[in-house]
This record gives sequence, C-alpha cells and structure tokens, in this order.
Amino acid sequence: MNQYDAIVIGAGHNGLTNGAYLAKAGLKVAVLERNPYIGGATVSRELHKGWWYSNCSYVSSLLRPEITRDLELPRHGLQVVSFGGGATFMRNGDYFGNYSDHDRHYRELARHSKRDANAYDRYAADTSLQTKLIRPYLLRTPPDPTSMRPRDLRDLLEFARSFMDLGEEKLLDTIKFWTASVGDYLNEYFETDVIKAHMAGSGIIGTALGVYSPGTAYVLLHHYMGDVDGNVGAWGFARGGMGAIADALSKAFQSYGGEIVCDANVDEIIVKNGLAAGVALKDGKEYRAPIVVSNLDPKRTFLDITNPSDLPKDVVKKARNFKIRGSSGKLNIALDGLPIFNGMDPRNRLMAGDLHFSDSLERQERAYDDWKAGTWSKDPYLDMMIPSLTDPTMAPPGKHMMSVFVQYAPPKVEGREWTDEDKDGFEKSVIDQISNYSPNFRDLILHCETRTPREIEAEVGLTEGNIFMGELTFDQLLFNRPFPGYAQYRTPIKGMYMCSSGTHPGGGVMAAPGANAAREILADLKKPNTVPGGYADD
Amino acid sequence: MSDVSRDTMLLTTPFHSRVEAMCNINDWGNWMGFTTPNAYFDVELEYFAIRSTTGVFDLSPMNKYRVTGTDAQRYLDRLITRDVSKIGVNRVGYAIWCDDNGQVMDDGTIFHLGEQDYRICSYQRADDWLAWNTLGFDVTIENESDTVAGLAVQGPTSCTVLTLLGCTDLNQLKPFGIAHYTFEGLPMMVSRTGFTGDLGYEVWVPPESAEALWDQLFELGRDYLIKPIGSHALELARIEAGFLQANVDFMPAEEVVRVGRTRSPFELGLGWLVDFNKPLFNGRSALLREQEKGSRYRFAMLDVQGNKPAEHSFILKGKKQVGTVTSAAWCPTAKANIAYAQIEMPHGAVGDELVAEIYYQRELHWTRLLAPCKVIDAPIFKSPKRWQTPAPPH
Repeated sequence: MNQYDAIVIGAGHNGLTNGAYLAKAGLKVAVLERNPYIGGATVSRELHKGWWYSNCSYVSSLLRPEITRDLELPRHGLQVVSFGGGATFMRNGDYFGNYSDHDRHYRELARHSKRDANAYDRYAADTSLQTKLIRPYLLRTPPDPTSMRPRDLRDLLEFARSFMDLGEEKLLDTIKFWTASVGDYLNEYFETDVIKAHMAGSGIIGTALGVYSPGTAYVLLHHYMGDVDGNVGAWGFARGGMGAIADALSKAFQSYGGEIVCDANVDEIIVKNGLAAGVALKDGKEYRAPIVVSNLDPKRTFLDITNPSDLPKDVVKKARNFKIRGSSGKLNIALDGLPIFNGMDPRNRLMAGDLHFSDSLERQERAYDDWKAGTWSKDPYLDMMIPSLTDPTMAPPGKHMMSVFVQYAPPKVEGREWTDEDKDGFEKSVIDQISNYSPNFRDLILHCETRTPREIEAEVGLTEGNIFMGELTFDQLLFNRPFPGYAQYRTPIKGMYMCSSGTHPGGGVMAAPGANAAREILADLKKPNTVPGGYADD
Repeated sequence: MSDVSRDTMLLTTPFHSRVEAMCNINDWGNWMGFTTPNAYFDVELEYFAIRSTTGVFDLSPMNKYRVTGTDAQRYLDRLITRDVSKIGVNRVGYAIWCDDNGQVMDDGTIFHLGEQDYRICSYQRADDWLAWNTLGFDVTIENESDTVAGLAVQGPTSCTVLTLLGCTDLNQLKPFGIAHYTFEGLPMMVSRTGFTGDLGYEVWVPPESAEALWDQLFELGRDYLIKPIGSHALELARIEAGFLQANVDFMPAEEVVRVGRTRSPFELGLGWLVDFNKPLFNGRSALLREQEKGSRYRFAMLDVQGNKPAEHSFILKGKKQVGTVTSAAWCPTAKANIAYAQIEMPHGAVGDELVAEIYYQRELHWTRLLAPCKVIDAPIFKSPKRWQTPAPPH
C-alpha cells in the first residue's frame, strides 16, 4: 500500500518546492511525475549529442532568492549565472543595444534619441515603483477580499495602505499602469520605435495579447520584478540549463526524505466523503494520502483529474472559463558556430543577452494580428538567447546552443489541430526571419527542435502550451488567481490543494506558488511553518 | 612641454598594454603603486566568469621573495607559524607570519621550488622583516617582485584553457601543487592556487613573456569563454570563498599605531596554521601564553538574515556591542549574506546567535536594520571543483 501524508502531482519546480517544504516539516511526501524525467517546463535535455537544450523555460530571474537560500539549492548543485547585454537588430542594418552599465546604456539610447535617453531614468523610476508594490506579495498568500478573518483583513489593510501611501498622483498612475497596454505605457516616455519595441517585448511574452492590448503593462512588470542578486530586473541562466533548478530542488526534497515517482500518470484524484484520499494512476496503481496537491494548471486540475461530481458547479464553470490561451512556440537550435547579425562582431557582449528583430510596435502588433486570424505570425516576435556564450556546459567548445522563444503561435490553426506541415511552416517563418539579419545563420544549423503549442501541451502538459499556466491579466491575478474565492491554494475539496503557476503569483520559474501553498497546507495541518518569509524590498 | 612631471605616475605591470586594451570600462585603481583595473567591463559578469568559465586576474603587483641557501627551510620555519617541512617540493603552503608578540604581520603563500629553494608571495612588502630574520641563517633573500609576472587563471574551464596553452597533464596536478613548463622557450610555472575558492591556477612567467602569454591565453580561451577580471570581482569571490585580506580583515602588525588593534592568528581563525611542535618561531612564546590565557577576540563568519550586506556593521549580543564587521557581501553563487566579524570573547562561537546593526541609504534616506545572524563554521560557498583531481574540464 502506497500510503503517504501528502502527494504532489507533477514534478515541475513548483511541485518539487511544495514537496520540499512539506517534507521539511516532517511529512511523508511523494511527488508523482507523468514523464520519465522530472522538471516539467524546467528541464535540460540533450536532444542533439553534446548539446543541452533548456527546451521550455530558458532564463532565470524570478526564482525567489529566499527559497534558493533556504533549501540550500547551491549546495545541491544549482548555480545561477548572470548574463548581460541584449539587442534588437533593425531592418536598416543598425541595432539597439541594452547595456547593464547605466552610463553606457545612456550613450546607446542617446545614439538613437537624446530625449529618450534622458526619459529613460523617469521610465526606470516609474517602473521600479510598480515592482516595489508587487514584490513584497510574491512570497505571501493573497488576502481574500470577501473574508472577515483577521489575517485577511490585516493583509488587505496593509495592501491598501501601500497603495494609499503613494499619494493621489502616483495612485492614479498606478491604476492606469495596471490596466494599460505596454505600447501606450511606453509611448508616454519614448519617441523612438526601436527603443519602444525592445522594451515592449517583455509585455507580451507568454501572453495572447498584443502590445496595444490593455493589461500588457503588467506583464512587462512580471518580467522586471525578478532579480539576480538584488539587481532588480536582471536575468540569469541556470548553469547546465534550467533542469539544474529542478535537479537541485529534487535533491533538496529528497534530503528531507521525499520520494519522486516518475512514469506515474495520474488518472483521477480519489475523493471519499468530500475529503481528498489519494490518487489513482492510469495504470491502476493507487497512492493514498489525506493531502493531495495539484501542480497542474487549473484546467487540468479541475477538468481532467478531478471528477466533476466531487466539485461545486461554480468551480467547474470557472475552470472552463479560465483564460489559458496558447500564444507561443519555441525553437531550440544546435549551431556549428556563432551567427553574425547585422555585421556585429560576434564577440560583442550584447550577443550574450536577449536578441530580437522586431524594431517597431507596429510590427509586434501585426504579429499579433496573425494570431487573432488563427495562424502563426509571418513576421514573429522572437526572444532569442545564446546561453552557450555564458555557460560552457551547454554545447561543445566553439559551438553554440540557441533558444528561440517565438510569439505568436495559436493553440489551433484556423480552428483545427496543428499538422506537421503547419509546424514546418511555423519553423520556416522563424528561420527566415533570423536569416534576414544573419547571412551565415542557416548554414550553421546542426539540429533544430521545433515546438508549437501542440508539442508543448502534449509533452509538458501545459494546456494550450501557455507558459504561465494562465494569462497574467488583472482578472486572473492576486486574489483572482486562478479564480475569485480560490486564491489561497485551497480547493472546494478538503485536503486537496493547488500549487502551480496557475495560482498567485503566477508563472515564470519563481517557485513562489509551491512555497506559498506549502505554508497554507502546514497551517491547516497545524504544523510549524517551514517556508521562509520574503526579504524586505528597499 | 608639460609643467607636470610624469614621475608621480602609477607604475604599470608587464601585462599593462593588454590589460589597458581590454579595460573597456576604464575604471582603474591603485594597488601597491601599480595602476590596476577595478573592473574591465561589468563587475557582476566578471565575477560570474570566475564561477562559470575562466577569469584572468593580473597579480603581478604581489610581492615575491626568493629564499635560498642551506638554511632556507630552517629560516622559513623560524619566520612562519606552520611547519615548513610539511610543504613538499613542488607544493605550495598558505602561511602567516607574526611579530615577536604573536601578532599577524601578513599572510601569503610559500612555494617550495626545490631543495632549500622557496618563494614567498605576500600581499605586503616584507623586505625589511625578511632581512632582519636572516640573522644567524645561511640564506639569501632576493626580491623577485619585478622579475616575476603573474596571472591568476581561475574558474571551471581554467584547466582546459591552460592545457591548450601547453600545460600537459595539468588536470593531474593536485590542489596546492606546482608544475613547470616552458612558454616560448622561457620557464613558466603553474601552481594550483588562487583567491577565488574555485578550480584555478596561478601562472608565473618572466616579464618578457607577459604580453605573449596574455595574447595566447585569450586566443585559446575564447571558446571556453575566458574573461579578464578586475579587483572588485575578485573581492566578491574571495569573501564568498572565505579568504581574509590584509588591511581589510586585519591590520599588518607592524603598521598599527593604536594599542590593541593588532590580531593574533587565533583571533583571526587561523590557529590551524600555528604549529607549537616546532622549537622556535616568531611569536611562539606569546602565542603559547595566549593559548593558555585565552584570546581577546574571535574571528566569526556570519550568516546574516535578509539581503542587505552588513558592511561596516556593529555586531550586538542582545543590546551590547560585541564586535564589528570587517568584510561583508551578498554572495551571488551561495545566495547568502555573509559577513566576517571580529567578536569580543567569549562571544562568537560557532552557532552563536548575534545581531548585525546595518545602516543603508536609499534615496538619501538612512535606515537602521537589526539583522539576526548566526556564526557558521565554514563558508557556505563550496565548489567541489576546487578539490577534484583530475580537474574537471568545465
């Protein structure tokens, strides 16, 4: 009999984090994984001999440093390495470079527009103000605005006070910010197309919205609120690829006595007398536990692995209506050498950062138009990285690994399922775009893994291939995530919980949902809390 | 003609032409009278080169002294606190030396180059002290500071890069080992030593080889992501790795003006370098007395809560001030907030829970923070690569 204190479904980073904190509190925990390997969307895979692909998530910034420290992830082998740079290559042969050094960055902005260069400091201050509002809530459970419990009232009051403390003008700015489009937000600061386009990318990555869709300014924030070593907004690579994060989390989990079971495909959560009792696998095996935590997205959790007869109808309805739209795909490419873009010296430090080719908001909006029309973008927005310029373990010496995140790709092509021909067409549109800026690129390709929403859903289990497990729009954030009334990681079934990126504070390799859920579970069990508080953000 | 004389200019190292060419950010500092880069392009990325690829640091301004003669080992045994006979030929030993009061003057490395042939590599200048100590010994001391140029080549791909440079079988060299090669017909010595806590080497050549060495290293290292690193990045790495720095974590005993500001090896957590089984060494009787009577201070490595570096902080036990911080940093690989502190006895034992009084300023606003901290017994950052033989390729 497989009897445990708690079962976590899905060995992605949040499932492993959740399991680690439950096991640290002394619970007997099993994490069940459908695939033969752990990690979910936080994996490194050797799909071409000698090349390692972070073939889903590809950069690390949001991973909470408090969790890294507390679970001793560095001791378990995790090394996050900062990268610098980044550039948007332009159709006219020029580029806009992103420098970490403030004064060098000023000079680059000024090369395109002195006024924009000067406005950048105002933009940075205003954007930082917004990140300061949200960052303290990452490692906390969102308060329930309908609850009269003292904890909820206290947290709501504190939340309200941090907004009221802004003063009238900044509060109005804030309300506008949270509902604005990233395009409109940037238009308030900058006049230069390429500067706006470079910055707008963070507002649309992972979301089925365009640069002029309301709510995308917040998505920009979601990409800015992480940090590497206190440098807010900075991004890094996990050495060895993103799988290093899952590996370190799994070692931490196992060091507390946790068990990981791979090839364990959950068919259904077993509910007895309204209480969670365990899970049944598709192969008939059963695992028993009074606590069952789902690290699947809200749709899969409530529509696939829970029997609807065990749920109130409003939850089924909310799960059905949950917005989790596929918007992106990915190419992972093994390269024989470094491509040259717009003639830039390949040793230029900018090459080690995020590279793009969309040099105007209009091009980005047109790319979104294709998605609305039910097809992949003919002129896509790419977020392209060459991690082997920073991490020597990703490819053989002198060779390179390229990760190309592609927006947009619809969950269905003109209303029907993706075909292999569609996938080839999607791949071609990406490779054609890169080749337009890099004459030697095509000849350097040794292997290419192309993933449309179809592949991401089938292999990783993200509904529609949505990387955030649900749109990051205000109707699905904070106490609305995943649904109003269910934002504190509990479900209508006693003993059943959620810990995925579909819960607060959302997607990205943050590990905060897993940790926050563990804190709530331990509170319900009246066990001492093992989850660390967040660092003060000042 | 300028009316400002050039003789006040800082000196340049043998690598200067290459260092200058790579110092993109043009941020220079003064190290022992030499102009050396604080940073080459980005402190953070330079730090991560040490931890993920290879970082190259010009350490030519270090002071180097050759000790030869029939009494060379006896002389060193008199000078330093550890047993020199335990440092075999082609081995390097970390060492400290004390004045007659058992107070630390400097730390450094002793290279055992051959039979009665040693080199001391020290942060401080030591000509005078070394000369006084020769009395009664058949030794010759030669200042080699200007005739030996050095590069620290540190990081996970460092062994691979140096092997390409012609350092055959370098991966077999054990930590603190020395290997001899030739570079363009001249001798090149490589020691598996460093100040970063990672896999790494120090390469020692005559100054005339310096520029060619730099050029070839960076050419061969390109595919292994070699980067130059400045003193700021090294400072971060050494704090994370648990290394003390003279003039920062202790004052060289001979330069101290105010009474009580010197420290003994025990007070710096370096008691393991003191070997009382030796008959006589500078400071021995004072240190024996201290061992009997107890020390005044204790070196403590602190794991500080939160993410604000406890720079220049007072350390409190309850409300009482019991110490001060000498070095502090948020350590980027360990993801830990580490501080080194001098704590008054009897406080500061491993496991002791203290409070760091941290002051920090944001937008002209000062905040006082009382951060709980705990004395730990070893650095949180530990790279297994540092100790592995054969050395890993990356």
